Amino acid sequence: MSQPISQPANNTIKETIRRLWSFPGGIKLAGKKSSSNHQAITTIEISRQLEIPLTQHIGQEAELIVKVGDKVLKGQVLAYAEKDTISAPVHASSSGTIIAIEERLVPHPSGLKALCVVIETDGYDQWIECTPLIGEGKNTHQSIATVSSEQIRNQVANAGIVGLGGALFPSAAKLLTAEKKHTDTLIINAAECEPYITCDDVLMRSRPEEIVLGILLIKKIVGAKKCLIGIEDNKPEAYQALTKAISGYWKNSGTSRGAEAEAAIEVIQVPTRYPAGGEKQLIQVLTGKEVPSQKLPMDIGVICHNVSTAAAIYQAVYRGEPLISRIVTITGGAVKHPQNLEVPLGTPIRDVLNQAGWDQDKAEKIIMGGPMMGFSLPSIDIPVTKATNCILVSEKDELATPPPAMPCIRCARCADSCPMSLLPQQMYWYAKARDLEKIQDYNIFDCIECGCCSYVCPSNIPLVQYFRYAKTEIWDDERERNKANLARERHEFRQERLEKVKLAKAEAARLRKEKLAKKKAEDKKKTEQDADKPKASSNADLIQEAIARSKAKKAQQQSQKKNTDNLTEVQQKKIDEVNKRRRERGEKPHSE
Amino acid sequence: MLSGMLALIILAAFFGLVLGLAAVVFKVESSPVVDQIDALLPQTQCGQCSFAGCHPYAEAIAAGEAPINLCPPGGENTVQALADLLDVEVLPLEEIEEIDQGPIVAVIIEDTCIGCTLCIQACPVDAILGAAKQMHTVIESECTGCELCLPPCPVDCIEMVPIKQTVKNWRWPEPQYNANNQEAASIFTTIGHVVAENARP
Repeated sequence: MSQPISQPANNTIKETIRRLWSFPGGIKLAGKKSSSNHQAITTIEISRQLEIPLTQHIGQEAELIVKVGDKVLKGQVLAYAEKDTISAPVHASSSGTIIAIEERLVPHPSGLKALCVVIETDGYDQWIECTPLIGEGKNTHQSIATVSSEQIRNQVANAGIVGLGGALFPSAAKLLTAEKKHTDTLIINAAECEPYITCDDVLMRSRPEEIVLGILLIKKIVGAKKCLIGIEDNKPEAYQALTKAISGYWKNSGTSRGAEAEAAIEVIQVPTRYPAGGEKQLIQVLTGKEVPSQKLPMDIGVICHNVSTAAAIYQAVYRGEPLISRIVTITGGAVKHPQNLEVPLGTPIRDVLNQAGWDQDKAEKIIMGGPMMGFSLPSIDIPVTKATNCILVSEKDELATPPPAMPCIRCARCADSCPMSLLPQQMYWYAKARDLEKIQDYNIFDCIECGCCSYVCPSNIPLVQYFRYAKTEIWDDERERNKANLARERHEFRQERLEKVKLAKAEAARLRKEKLAKKKAEDKKKTEQDADKPKASSNADLIQEAIARSKAKKAQQQSQKKNTDNLTEVQQKKIDEVNKRRRERGEKPHSE
Repeated sequence: MLSGMLALIILAAFFGLVLGLAAVVFKVESSPVVDQIDALLPQTQCGQCSFAGCHPYAEAIAAGEAPINLCPPGGENTVQALADLLDVEVLPLEEIEEIDQGPIVAVIIEDTCIGCTLCIQACPVDAILGAAKQMHTVIESECTGCELCLPPCPVDCIEMVPIKQTVKNWRWPEPQYNANNQEAASIFTTIGHVVAENARP
């Protein structure tokens, strides 16, 4: 790919000639965003009970440090992440008392339960003391320069921030890796390509300044030279807001134009085409670089963060607030007032829907996430987590129920639509046959599960389902293999140990035998030496002597009475009395 | 003519030397067939094949002394894999007593345990922790579910339980849609897996 044409400083010209690339495949979808993106973000009332899952991120479960009965404040740590592990701490989203720590339903396609901390809120919503790294209002370039990357990263780690675009990877760990590697481009993902979802859109419209500062913080940590914000062209208001916030920031900070050029944050509109918001797709559209198979963007010097992650980082650094709430789009035909709500994490989805107003009779499906990549919720008594970007309540006929699948006719439409240039029809074949090796040869792990292939399939084959199935099967096989290897190692170690014990025992027995033999030899030598001496006594004499010795010993033993020696006069008298009594009764006296 | 022959002999000797050295230097270490077989066995070390562990069984298979269908924990997948490796006919499993209930692990009922250490001695992978007259416990992540600890226990305090399914080890079910089975099509919407099809106009 050729380099983009060099850009003149003039903004308007830059917009028109900014070179963009394209990603393969993809589909045009109806946006359906207009119903929910006009209202400002409203905050929701605090629910009576909050259920906060301990795992709301990729990686290890956070370590619990509270117990039932504890009183907690808003923002207090419930579970911490051990240092240098891929994990994120979990905080209380409001003040109250912990009434249970137990397994509850969590938003996951499996419909399984996981460990949650249940808080009964007290309604005061009282904050724990927050320690911001940089005071709010001091939003100049200099104040960012006063804090070190490590300080920012620690603040991000302690705030429990994870990738809010949907990956849920702990942000601090991602930033650390990017810091170590050479990263020259920071890409902020503001594309939000899935239909219905507008949480990033309204966030950009209502808090653009916070986003810009958050981006500058990320940029400082990763040391990127340029920063590109990719935003789909169906969100002109958000684009305007961000552009205005950036120029406003430069004006306020009073930095010279040189510094501005150095900072260079560009907001770029990209064509609306699903899945332009996929990390690898957006990188390709903006830079023309393709992330190699099974590699990370970091391997080509790019790091991608979601726009709402940037806002969360701003809150952590400038206000000291951990990630305890997120913006959730409530939309769909059965919702009376589609809107975006700022929801404390752990709020039951039932409460969120009630607040937004929904028609329970009209509702058909309740989906978390968008219609392409989301999943139906098994229940609405499930908490909002860091992953919940949208709750879509559809009415009848709004979303199609998939008709029965027909045989694959090998039309290859799925391959044409695949944004990762994979061959879904082949992978489908091998997934069906459970040929897990072959399907990996077709790079199943490059599949981003966007659902384009399922969408275009004329035979209605649920291709993505097959790929998800195959992926989890492969992981399961791997777990089993690892377990078998471990068992083999342990078994071999045990055999070795038993063998060692056996050898040690044999060795000990040999040593004992040797010692005995040595002693015998010595004795023999002694007797021989004795024999060498003038004969003091013959063998017969020795035997006689021994017999005499044993006789004397026996006699001595017999003469000794066990406990009747050295008796005092009183004791003797008592014994005599007893014996007398016994004799009178005609019994045999004792010890006579 | 003599020089020609000499040249050929020298060349032959030279290349012979090079080839000989290359064979030594670049020798391909092919893993012995016993190891390859052992790698396919589930390593439960349960002895259900009548051999004293997975490796002895692998040795027996390699020597042609045992059939490939003696491993119930491995199931049909293992038989299939062994048949592929050794290029022999797939044999049905020797005995299928119970339906495969998925992976299981041993759990010691701690109230009943008398601390006799008999199970510790029986465990082929040292997955039981304890000492004489101290309560014992099974390290779940190391247990292979071989059930060898059950018979020696004098108080029957060991139970086999299935490994709990969590969000982390959960697997997506295989899609059940097909043209002949229209009822099965609804399975995903009922158990809550909707993808992509939703967005169709």
